[in-house]
Amino acid sequence: MLIQSAVFYFFAIILVSSAVAMITVRNPVHAALFLVLAFFTSGALWIMLEAEFLGITLVLVYVGAVMVLFLFVVMMLDINIAKMRAGFAKYLPVGLIVGAVMAAEMVIILSKSNFEHAQVKPKPPDYSNTQELGELLFTEYVYPFEIAGVILLVAIIAAITLTMRKRTVSKHQKPHQQIHADKTKRVRLVDIEK
Amino acid sequence: MLEWAQSLLASVPPLLLLTAYMFIFILVLFGCVAYVTLAERRVIGFMQVRVGPNRVGPRGFGQPIADALKLMFKEMILPNDADRFLFRLAPLLSMIPALAAWAVIPFAERWSFADINAGLLYLLAMTSLGVYGVIVAGWASNSKYALLGALRSAAQIVAYEIAMGFALVGVLMASGSLNLGDIIEAQKGSVLHWYWLPLFPLFLAYLISGVAETNRAPFDVVEGESEIVAGFHVEYSGMGFALFFLAEYANIILISALTALLFLGGWLSPFPESWASIPYIGFVLGHGPHMFIAKTCFFIFCFLWFRATFPRYRYDQIMRLGWKILLPVTLIWIFVEGVLLYFEVPPWFD
Repeated sequence: MLIQSAVFYFFAIILVSSAVAMITVRNPVHAALFLVLAFFTSGALWIMLEAEFLGITLVLVYVGAVMVLFLFVVMMLDINIAKMRAGFAKYLPVGLIVGAVMAAEMVIILSKSNFEHAQVKPKPPDYSNTQELGELLFTEYVYPFEIAGVILLVAIIAAITLTMRKRTVSKHQKPHQQIHADKTKRVRLVDIEK
Repeated sequence: MLEWAQSLLASVPPLLLLTAYMFIFILVLFGCVAYVTLAERRVIGFMQVRVGPNRVGPRGFGQPIADALKLMFKEMILPNDADRFLFRLAPLLSMIPALAAWAVIPFAERWSFADINAGLLYLLAMTSLGVYGVIVAGWASNSKYALLGALRSAAQIVAYEIAMGFALVGVLMASGSLNLGDIIEAQKGSVLHWYWLPLFPLFLAYLISGVAETNRAPFDVVEGESEIVAGFHVEYSGMGFALFFLAEYANIILISALTALLFLGGWLSPFPESWASIPYIGFVLGHGPHMFIAKTCFFIFCFLWFRATFPRYRYDQIMRLGWKILLPVTLIWIFVEGVLLYFEVPPWFD
């Protein structure tokens, strides 16, 4: 138990400090990497709550895929930090209000009366929450699950259509034509007269 | 206070023992990695009708040690305006996931560091983290070649991870478990029961994606000497370069081991059960970690073989192969597998 709480505080300190660092550092690439660290440590905390499926999926999806693309974009951008910081005083009141509302909501949701029923019994070691989650998703919540899937599919198709501009200047490879190329069409042998 | 100290002490021995095991294992793994570099040079030398390094020590076996010593004593040069911290962190970021993934790999029946339920997911998560080393190195070097290499790598790894993930979904469907020990148990029977046969397209897709994930030839545009010099590690020297080099080989060993686990039955023996009781040679023919090591070595050899055989793919061809060929193949086979599972087709799914 002692080790467990030590590990918890270790990850919790990293999580909170990397989340703070993410919004305070000047360099956007550093900020993205701090966000990666925050995701990773919160994945570790979820695993400590015996939610290994959610914890590993968080690492797999957010750290392994989403943040890679984020970094990809952030590295390519030439962000002017001074310009980004200029409106700080202007946005401060709005930011404070939004922050206060969010904090108040969190306090209400996480209050003791809402979390009393969350006192679950410890599960046996061979308990697989992956299986449990899968069974719930495919029986009780199958329609919400499938609707969410369709919405995501629509979003993917929309995103692809938005970026599909016909560019007349760029040349495209046509592999099915390329493989039919033979030397009689490409090479002309010429006798050079002496 | 005394109770606190006692409870701390009581929990130390198993942890300490585990740490000691891990330490020994990592030393052994580093030894293997060093000798895979030698194997690569000798095997490719043989395939190209050359000799390869044979001067240091008996038959060239001292070569990896000589290389390591040389790289250790070289100066690590920091490029102008490089991000000092990230530049030094990047080699570690590519090395650590390759080592961490070994935590769940079973070497024999119920013989692994951590026998966890979501083992397969953990492996997928760990192999997807390796890309950070490359991206961070490319950005922190403050060099255009390094950045180009990093961008190529990010696009390539994200593309092939999808095909890889779908291949693993196929394994998951066939075995009905995310636990690696159970996946191997499910392949018990004979050579024909191993998943390479019922999941043959997924096996090929996994192997090809594995080669692409490790940025090895013929998918090594990340390094692409002829276009971007050496890609993401062009600015690295000394120990930093050595770590990237070791990480590449550690990843090769890891992907080979995973292919052996998921599609060739890991520590299962290809011989009939009765052969294990033959006196003297029975333990060699029966199940055990030696079978797992032999299968892993076969795939490592394949990696070297690919490098000696195939010319480098063009970048658009790599993307085409990943998105337009491997991804549809895996999707179709998952559907076919679903049908096979539904009708409980013998001998695999009954």
